[in-house]
Amino acid sequence: MNGPAVTWYLCVAAFLFFTGALGVLIRRSPLIVLLSLELMLNGANLALIAFSRFHGRGDGQIFALTVMAVAASEVVVGLGLIVAMARRKLDLDVDKLRTLRG
Amino acid sequence: MILADAGNILVWIVWVVAAFACLGSGIAVISFSNPFYSALSLIGNLASLAVLYLLLAAEFVAAAQVLVYAGAVMVMFLFVIAYLGGHADAPWAGGPSWQALWAVAASAALLVEVIVVIGLKTGGRLSHSPPTDFSFGSPATIGRLFLTDHLLAFEITSIVLLIAAVGGVILGSHSRETAAE
Repeated sequence: MNGPAVTWYLCVAAFLFFTGALGVLIRRSPLIVLLSLELMLNGANLALIAFSRFHGRGDGQIFALTVMAVAASEVVVGLGLIVAMARRKLDLDVDKLRTLRG
Repeated sequence: MILADAGNILVWIVWVVAAFACLGSGIAVISFSNPFYSALSLIGNLASLAVLYLLLAAEFVAAAQVLVYAGAVMVMFLFVIAYLGGHADAPWAGGPSWQALWAVAASAALLVEVIVVIGLKTGGRLSHSPPTDFSFGSPATIGRLFLTDHLLAFEITSIVLLIAAVGGVILGSHSRETAAE
Protein backbone atom coordinates (compact mmCIF):
# COMPACT_ATOMS: atom_id res chain seq x y z
CA MET A 1 0.00 0.00 0.00
CA ASN A 2 1.95 3.00 -1.26
CA GLY A 3 -0.32 5.91 -2.00
CA PRO A 4 0.85 9.47 -2.61
CA ALA A 5 4.39 10.56 -1.78
CA VAL A 6 5.12 12.94 1.08
CA THR A 7 5.43 15.84 -1.40
CA TRP A 8 1.70 15.76 -2.12
CA TYR A 9 0.86 15.90 1.57
CA LEU A 10 3.25 18.83 1.94
CA CYS A 11 1.49 20.67 -0.90
CA VAL A 12 -1.88 20.17 0.82
CA ALA A 13 -0.33 21.35 4.10
CA ALA A 14 1.12 24.45 2.41
CA PHE A 15 -2.23 25.30 0.85
CA LEU A 16 -4.03 24.85 4.19
CA PHE A 17 -1.50 27.15 5.84
CA PHE A 18 -2.01 29.70 3.04
CA THR A 19 -5.80 29.56 3.47
CA GLY A 20 -5.48 30.05 7.21
CA ALA A 21 -3.04 32.95 6.84
CA LEU A 22 -5.36 34.63 4.35
CA GLY A 23 -8.26 34.23 6.76
CA VAL A 24 -6.28 35.66 9.68
CA LEU A 25 -5.26 38.66 7.58
CA ILE A 26 -8.52 39.62 5.84
CA ARG A 27 -11.31 38.62 8.23
CA ARG A 28 -12.44 41.10 10.87
CA SER A 29 -14.50 38.90 13.18
CA PRO A 30 -12.22 37.55 15.96
CA LEU A 31 -14.17 34.27 15.93
CA ILE A 32 -13.24 33.61 12.30
CA VAL A 33 -9.65 34.72 12.97
CA LEU A 34 -9.49 31.97 15.63
CA LEU A 35 -10.97 29.44 13.18
CA SER A 36 -8.35 30.42 10.58
CA LEU A 37 -5.61 29.99 13.18
CA GLU A 38 -6.88 26.45 13.65
CA LEU A 39 -6.52 25.95 9.89
CA MET A 40 -2.88 27.09 10.04
CA LEU A 41 -2.13 24.80 12.99
CA ASN A 42 -3.71 21.89 11.13
CA GLY A 43 -1.58 22.56 8.08
CA ALA A 44 1.51 22.39 10.25
CA ASN A 45 0.20 19.20 11.89
CA LEU A 46 -0.29 17.55 8.50
CA ALA A 47 3.32 18.33 7.53
CA LEU A 48 4.57 16.93 10.85
CA ILE A 49 2.65 13.69 10.45
CA ALA A 50 3.70 13.32 6.80
CA PHE A 51 7.36 13.58 7.79
CA SER A 52 6.75 11.19 10.69
CA ARG A 53 5.52 8.62 8.17
CA PHE A 54 8.40 9.42 5.79
CA HIS A 55 11.04 8.80 8.44
CA GLY A 56 9.19 5.84 9.93
CA ARG A 57 9.47 7.29 13.43
CA GLY A 58 6.73 8.37 15.80
CA ASP A 59 8.33 11.59 16.99
CA GLY A 60 6.42 13.78 14.53
CA GLN A 61 3.14 12.38 15.83
CA ILE A 62 4.17 13.29 19.38
CA PHE A 63 4.85 16.82 18.17
CA ALA A 64 1.45 16.93 16.42
CA LEU A 65 -0.34 15.82 19.61
CA THR A 66 1.46 18.54 21.58
CA VAL A 67 0.39 21.09 18.95
CA MET A 68 -3.20 19.90 19.38
CA ALA A 69 -3.01 20.45 23.15
CA VAL A 70 -1.57 23.94 22.66
CA ALA A 71 -4.32 24.68 20.10
CA ALA A 72 -6.97 23.61 22.63
CA SER A 73 -5.44 25.95 25.24
CA GLU A 74 -5.33 28.78 22.72
CA VAL A 75 -9.01 28.29 21.89
CA VAL A 76 -9.94 28.38 25.59
CA VAL A 77 -8.10 31.66 26.20
CA GLY A 78 -9.16 33.21 22.87
CA LEU A 79 -12.84 32.39 23.34
CA GLY A 80 -12.61 33.66 26.93
CA LEU A 81 -11.28 36.97 25.62
CA ILE A 82 -14.00 37.17 22.96
CA VAL A 83 -16.74 36.51 25.54
CA ALA A 84 -15.21 39.12 27.86
CA MET A 85 -15.18 41.60 24.96
CA ALA A 86 -18.81 40.87 24.16
CA ARG A 87 -19.81 41.36 27.81
CA ARG A 88 -18.15 44.77 27.85
CA LYS A 89 -20.24 45.67 24.77
CA LEU A 90 -17.13 46.10 22.63
CA ASP A 91 -17.44 45.70 18.87
CA LEU A 92 -16.33 42.25 17.71
CA ASP A 93 -14.05 43.67 15.03
CA VAL A 94 -10.30 43.22 15.19
CA ASP A 95 -9.72 46.39 13.13
CA LYS A 96 -11.42 48.51 15.78
CA LEU A 97 -9.46 47.06 18.70
CA ARG A 98 -6.51 49.40 18.45
CA THR A 99 -5.62 49.82 22.11
CA LEU A 100 -5.26 47.27 24.86
CA ARG A 101 -7.08 49.37 27.48
CA GLY A 102 -10.71 48.33 27.80
CA MET B 1 0.40 -7.85 -8.19
CA ILE B 2 -2.99 -6.87 -9.61
CA LEU B 3 -4.35 -6.79 -6.07
CA ALA B 4 -1.52 -4.48 -4.99
CA ASP B 5 -2.20 -2.18 -7.94
CA ALA B 6 -5.90 -2.07 -7.11
CA GLY B 7 -5.05 -1.23 -3.49
CA ASN B 8 -2.74 1.54 -4.63
CA ILE B 9 -5.40 3.07 -6.88
CA LEU B 10 -7.90 2.88 -4.03
CA VAL B 11 -5.49 4.71 -1.72
CA TRP B 12 -5.01 7.42 -4.35
CA ILE B 13 -8.78 7.82 -4.79
CA VAL B 14 -9.30 8.16 -1.04
CA TRP B 15 -6.40 10.61 -0.86
CA VAL B 16 -7.72 12.81 -3.68
CA VAL B 17 -11.23 12.93 -2.19
CA ALA B 18 -9.91 13.72 1.30
CA ALA B 19 -7.42 16.32 0.08
CA PHE B 20 -9.97 18.19 -2.02
CA ALA B 21 -12.55 18.03 0.78
CA CYS B 22 -9.86 19.41 3.08
CA LEU B 23 -8.92 22.29 0.77
CA GLY B 24 -12.53 23.08 -0.17
CA SER B 25 -13.74 23.20 3.42
CA GLY B 26 -10.67 25.29 4.31
CA ILE B 27 -11.67 27.87 1.71
CA ALA B 28 -15.26 27.67 2.96
CA VAL B 29 -14.09 28.49 6.52
CA ILE B 30 -12.66 31.84 5.46
CA SER B 31 -15.33 32.78 2.91
CA PHE B 32 -18.62 32.31 4.81
CA SER B 33 -19.94 35.52 6.32
CA ASN B 34 -21.74 33.68 9.14
CA PRO B 35 -19.29 32.33 11.78
CA PHE B 36 -21.63 29.40 12.45
CA TYR B 37 -21.21 28.06 8.90
CA SER B 38 -17.46 28.67 9.14
CA ALA B 39 -17.25 26.56 12.28
CA LEU B 40 -19.30 23.79 10.63
CA SER B 41 -16.94 23.76 7.62
CA LEU B 42 -13.97 23.61 9.97
CA ILE B 43 -15.49 20.40 11.41
CA GLY B 44 -15.57 18.99 7.87
CA ASN B 45 -11.98 20.10 7.37
CA LEU B 46 -10.88 18.34 10.57
CA ALA B 47 -12.68 15.14 9.56
CA SER B 48 -11.02 15.03 6.13
CA LEU B 49 -7.66 15.74 7.77
CA ALA B 50 -8.28 12.73 10.02
CA VAL B 51 -8.68 10.62 6.85
CA LEU B 52 -5.31 11.92 5.61
CA TYR B 53 -3.76 11.03 8.98
CA LEU B 54 -5.14 7.50 8.66
CA LEU B 55 -3.52 7.21 5.21
CA LEU B 56 -0.23 8.25 6.87
CA ALA B 57 -0.60 5.37 9.38
CA ALA B 58 -1.22 7.74 12.30
CA GLU B 59 -4.27 6.02 13.81
CA PHE B 60 -4.02 7.48 17.30
CA VAL B 61 -3.57 11.05 16.06
CA ALA B 62 -6.55 10.63 13.73
CA ALA B 63 -8.72 9.41 16.63
CA ALA B 64 -7.49 12.24 18.85
CA GLN B 65 -8.19 14.71 16.06
CA VAL B 66 -11.82 13.61 15.78
CA LEU B 67 -12.37 13.31 19.55
CA VAL B 68 -10.50 16.37 20.81
CA TYR B 69 -10.78 18.79 17.89
CA ALA B 70 -14.00 17.97 16.06
CA GLY B 71 -15.61 16.87 19.33
CA ALA B 72 -14.55 19.06 22.22
CA VAL B 73 -12.97 22.19 20.75
CA MET B 74 -15.54 22.73 18.01
CA VAL B 75 -18.46 22.17 20.40
CA MET B 76 -17.01 24.97 22.54
CA PHE B 77 -16.70 27.15 19.44
CA LEU B 78 -20.31 26.50 18.46
CA PHE B 79 -21.49 27.27 22.01
CA VAL B 80 -19.68 30.62 22.01
CA ILE B 81 -20.98 31.50 18.53
CA ALA B 82 -24.52 30.62 19.63
CA TYR B 83 -24.04 32.68 22.82
CA LEU B 84 -22.79 35.77 20.97
CA GLY B 85 -25.26 35.46 18.10
CA GLY B 86 -24.12 35.37 14.50
CA HIS B 87 -22.64 38.72 13.54
CA ALA B 88 -22.45 38.78 9.77
CA ASP B 89 -18.99 39.78 8.61
CA ALA B 90 -18.68 39.64 4.85
CA PRO B 91 -15.04 39.05 3.88
CA TRP B 92 -15.07 41.44 0.91
CA ALA B 93 -17.59 44.01 2.11
CA GLY B 94 -16.96 47.47 0.70
CA GLY B 95 -14.86 46.33 -2.21
CA PRO B 96 -11.16 45.48 -2.21
CA SER B 97 -9.24 47.68 0.22
CA TRP B 98 -5.49 48.14 0.37
CA GLN B 99 -5.43 46.05 3.52
CA ALA B 100 -7.14 43.12 1.79
CA LEU B 101 -4.87 43.37 -1.25
CA TRP B 102 -1.75 43.35 0.92
CA ALA B 103 -3.18 40.43 2.88
CA VAL B 104 -3.68 38.40 -0.30
CA ALA B 105 -0.20 39.34 -1.54
CA ALA B 106 1.47 38.40 1.77
CA SER B 107 -0.22 35.01 2.09
CA ALA B 108 0.30 34.22 -1.62
CA ALA B 109 4.00 35.00 -1.15
CA LEU B 110 4.01 32.55 1.78
CA LEU B 111 2.38 29.85 -0.38
CA VAL B 112 4.77 30.41 -3.32
CA GLU B 113 7.78 30.29 -1.01
CA VAL B 114 6.74 26.99 0.51
CA ILE B 115 5.87 25.41 -2.85
CA VAL B 116 9.18 26.56 -4.38
CA VAL B 117 11.13 25.14 -1.45
CA ILE B 118 9.24 21.84 -1.70
CA GLY B 119 9.88 21.72 -5.46
CA LEU B 120 13.54 22.71 -5.40
CA LYS B 121 14.89 21.06 -2.31
CA THR B 122 12.93 17.85 -2.08
CA GLY B 123 12.50 16.87 -5.73
CA GLY B 124 12.50 13.10 -5.96
CA ARG B 125 13.96 12.51 -2.52
CA LEU B 126 10.66 12.22 -0.67
CA SER B 127 9.08 9.46 -2.73
CA HIS B 128 10.22 6.41 -0.75
CA SER B 129 8.70 5.88 2.65
CA PRO B 130 10.05 3.03 4.72
CA PRO B 131 7.65 0.15 5.28
CA THR B 132 5.98 0.23 8.67
CA ASP B 133 4.50 -2.54 10.76
CA PHE B 134 1.06 -2.48 12.31
CA SER B 135 2.22 -0.99 15.60
CA PHE B 136 3.35 2.27 13.96
CA GLY B 137 1.09 5.05 15.21
CA SER B 138 -0.87 2.79 17.54
CA PRO B 139 -1.81 4.07 21.02
CA ALA B 140 0.74 1.72 22.63
CA THR B 141 3.61 3.09 20.55
CA ILE B 142 2.56 6.71 21.10
CA GLY B 143 2.14 6.13 24.83
CA ARG B 144 5.57 4.50 25.12
CA LEU B 145 7.18 7.41 23.25
CA PHE B 146 5.37 9.93 25.45
CA LEU B 147 6.50 8.26 28.65
CA THR B 148 10.09 7.55 27.64
CA ASP B 149 11.66 9.82 24.99
CA HIS B 150 9.26 12.73 25.25
CA LEU B 151 8.41 12.80 28.95
CA LEU B 152 9.28 16.52 29.23
CA ALA B 153 6.87 17.43 26.41
CA PHE B 154 4.16 15.36 28.14
CA GLU B 155 4.62 17.16 31.46
CA ILE B 156 4.83 20.61 29.85
CA THR B 157 1.60 19.87 27.96
CA SER B 158 -0.18 19.16 31.24
CA ILE B 159 1.07 22.47 32.71
CA VAL B 160 0.01 24.38 29.57
CA LEU B 161 -3.48 22.88 29.79
CA LEU B 162 -3.70 23.72 33.51
CA ILE B 163 -2.67 27.33 32.90
CA ALA B 164 -5.17 27.64 30.04
CA ALA B 165 -7.98 26.30 32.28
CA VAL B 166 -7.07 28.74 35.07
CA GLY B 167 -6.85 31.57 32.51
CA GLY B 168 -10.28 30.75 31.11
CA VAL B 169 -11.82 30.77 34.60
CA ILE B 170 -10.14 34.10 35.49
CA LEU B 171 -11.24 35.74 32.22
CA GLY B 172 -14.81 34.57 32.75
CA SER B 173 -15.12 35.61 36.39
CA HIS B 174 -13.42 39.00 35.87
CA SER B 175 -15.76 40.02 33.10
CA ARG B 176 -18.76 39.02 35.23
CA GLU B 177 -17.62 41.39 38.02
CA THR B 178 -17.20 44.31 35.62
CA ALA B 179 -20.57 43.62 34.04
CA ALA B 180 -22.24 43.77 37.47
CA GLU B 181 -20.67 47.15 38.34
